[in-house]
Amino acid sequence: MKHNNMLAMILAGGRGSRLHELTNKVAKPAVSYGGKYKIVDFPLSNCANSGIDVVGVLTQYESIQLNSYVAAGRRWGLDAKESGVYVLPPREKADADLNVYRGTADAISQNIDFVDTFSPEYLLILSGDHIYKMNYAKMLEYHKNCGADATIAVIEVPMKEASRFGIMNTDETGRIVEFEEKPEKPKSNLASMGIYIFDWKLLRRMLTADMKDPNSSHDFGKDIIPALIADGKNVFAFKFKGYWKDVGTVDSLWEANMDLLDKNNELDLNDASWKIYTEDATTLPQYIGPDAEIDKAFINQGCMIEGAVKNSVLFTGAKVGPGAKIIDSVLMNGVEVEEGAVVQRALVADGVRIGRGAVVGSPDSEHIELVAKRVKGVE
Amino acid sequence: MDKAFGIVNFGGRRFWVEGMQEYRPSGAMSFLGRYRTVDFPISNLSNSGIDRIQVYIRRKPRSLVEHIGTGRHYNINSKRGRVHVLFSENGMDHDIYNNDIAAFLENMECIEQINCPYVVIVPSNMVYVQDFNELLQTHIESGADITLLYHSTDDAKEHFLNCNTVNLNKQKGVLSLEMNRGTAKNRSIFMDTYIMKKELFMDLVHRAHKESSMYSLADIVSLVCPELDVRGVAHRGFFATLTDFKSYYDANLSLIDFKTALSLFDPEWPIYTRTNDSCPTQYFEGASVKNSVVSNGCLVEGSIENSVIGRGCVIKKGAVIKNCVIMTDVTVAEGVHLENLVVDKHAHIVHVKEVIAEPGEPAYVRRGDVL
Repeated sequence: MKHNNMLAMILAGGRGSRLHELTNKVAKPAVSYGGKYKIVDFPLSNCANSGIDVVGVLTQYESIQLNSYVAAGRRWGLDAKESGVYVLPPREKADADLNVYRGTADAISQNIDFVDTFSPEYLLILSGDHIYKMNYAKMLEYHKNCGADATIAVIEVPMKEASRFGIMNTDETGRIVEFEEKPEKPKSNLASMGIYIFDWKLLRRMLTADMKDPNSSHDFGKDIIPALIADGKNVFAFKFKGYWKDVGTVDSLWEANMDLLDKNNELDLNDASWKIYTEDATTLPQYIGPDAEIDKAFINQGCMIEGAVKNSVLFTGAKVGPGAKIIDSVLMNGVEVEEGAVVQRALVADGVRIGRGAVVGSPDSEHIELVAKRVKGVE
Repeated sequence: MDKAFGIVNFGGRRFWVEGMQEYRPSGAMSFLGRYRTVDFPISNLSNSGIDRIQVYIRRKPRSLVEHIGTGRHYNINSKRGRVHVLFSENGMDHDIYNNDIAAFLENMECIEQINCPYVVIVPSNMVYVQDFNELLQTHIESGADITLLYHSTDDAKEHFLNCNTVNLNKQKGVLSLEMNRGTAKNRSIFMDTYIMKKELFMDLVHRAHKESSMYSLADIVSLVCPELDVRGVAHRGFFATLTDFKSYYDANLSLIDFKTALSLFDPEWPIYTRTNDSCPTQYFEGASVKNSVVSNGCLVEGSIENSVIGRGCVIKKGAVIKNCVIMTDVTVAEGVHLENLVVDKHAHIVHVKEVIAEPGEPAYVRRGDVL
């Protein structure tokens, strides 16, 4: 830990059950997004780009794929000396039994020994399932300038949606005076992004107390943050401006992909100064056939397109046969759409084959159709 | 496979890709958007289980050294194996003494140190796939001293000029190597690919130097054909030489065809390259793309037809690109019409309305140029 004396911990244990079949075998942070990425690439790349050298990833649900994926820290350049990505599933210790992580705070509590080995001054807590680009070094600078004990990144959300979030009420200096989890009548529209910087010594004391509290749900939002505010600690809100998305449902995952088609999309994955790094795929460039029609599309390498693609996002190696039509849809890695098939307002999961002439999804559906199983062709 | 190590040789002075090669050695030329030519020989060696690979550079090393880096992306065990970049004694462009034999002599110590009985020598400027493990088996079973890989063509009058051809007897014995001057249609083009014992290779290098300071490896092998058992093995599948400007252009465009591409790219035989962490390519409303190969990181609003587009290119509204090979990070401004061109890296075509060359006579736009 050379740069800034801050260690990052990414909470990546969530199942994301509203993503249905997409998270049957992998945890939500390992779900694919944006043509070539996994969601967890975002916090990891942000760490790398912010000069954070050591990242712990707390995994629990369906963690085999996620563990091996994040452990290869060199994908994000996190493999130099005194740098690394550490996979932290629940474990048995000499002085403690094996326990699942009971909540977000408990996940950190169970790894106090890990954090202590680096004795950082600051601890950065991140969520493994949000899509955004953020410079955590700037947030740390703000934390220091405010003389804060804890800093919480917040984003302005539309007032009418504020009751879906954890809302921070601040005074004119940005100090948080009140925290309300999903308030019925929100007093502000500053929503917590689940990104926290703590002074490690203070947090360590709080977590040690929290572990022993039988009434605690061991959660940052429900227990730790309210306790800090109640104690009169200096908790500051760091305002984030830019693209931020929590993709909890099939609809919102589809929407986040569709956002990439917008010319003025704030996420701007093409920005060379803040690249999002991911696994390197060994494939051909994309092949666009003589009769293909491409209109508004976000297409990754390895795709072979002979049909029509309109307003859609195609992940690594997706194939679109002659005469097939892909409209307002997301084809994930290795999806094959055979000749003449039509896919509309659908999200097709990794490796699914859609048979010749089949029709999937509909233009006026309320929800996006998730296609996770092979669709037989029409003879 | 510890039986053999690999040498990726440079093309030498016979071959020159007009324009492009001013800036880079033959192995560092961009190919089919996301590759560099050296990716093909190194991937072939790596996929054949050969993980000790020497890459020789004759001149202008920067881009190739950067591209190969640690060699990790070629999927070799980087502890046991290694991609070792080696330089010739002096990197002078037009020095007639700066040939492959001189480079091997310069690095003879590194060759001696490798503890493998056989060597596979492959060129950095020819594109093909070949299982060298299989070829080595053939070589060992045949009892030959040297095995050469060749590709038969009925197109040697116009193509493969200045490449060597193998003169074979009926038993596939090689009688000599001879330069293709375009005098006959049917030729067996030598793919500059050799297998032999390491000891023989070292002998030949010393002998070549003794005979003539200008002899290349091909020259000495041709010379020893009468006294040694030199045999040819025919290669099947896609084969292209990037030995002059026209062949470079043609090879790129020929791979736009799905079927041709699938004859070179087999999912079981991956061609590795260095990642650039580019995001996927974005096509905006009004874009039109037909029969083209496009790399990642591009922003496309205009039309692309029958072209190869490199990484990170920006093709603005109303721009038309037809029958072109466009390299990395090229900008084509609104309404600009490009036809039959090779556009080198970082070029900006913004001030002119059109750059159109004759079909079959592609023109070249220089690296970093503003038109």
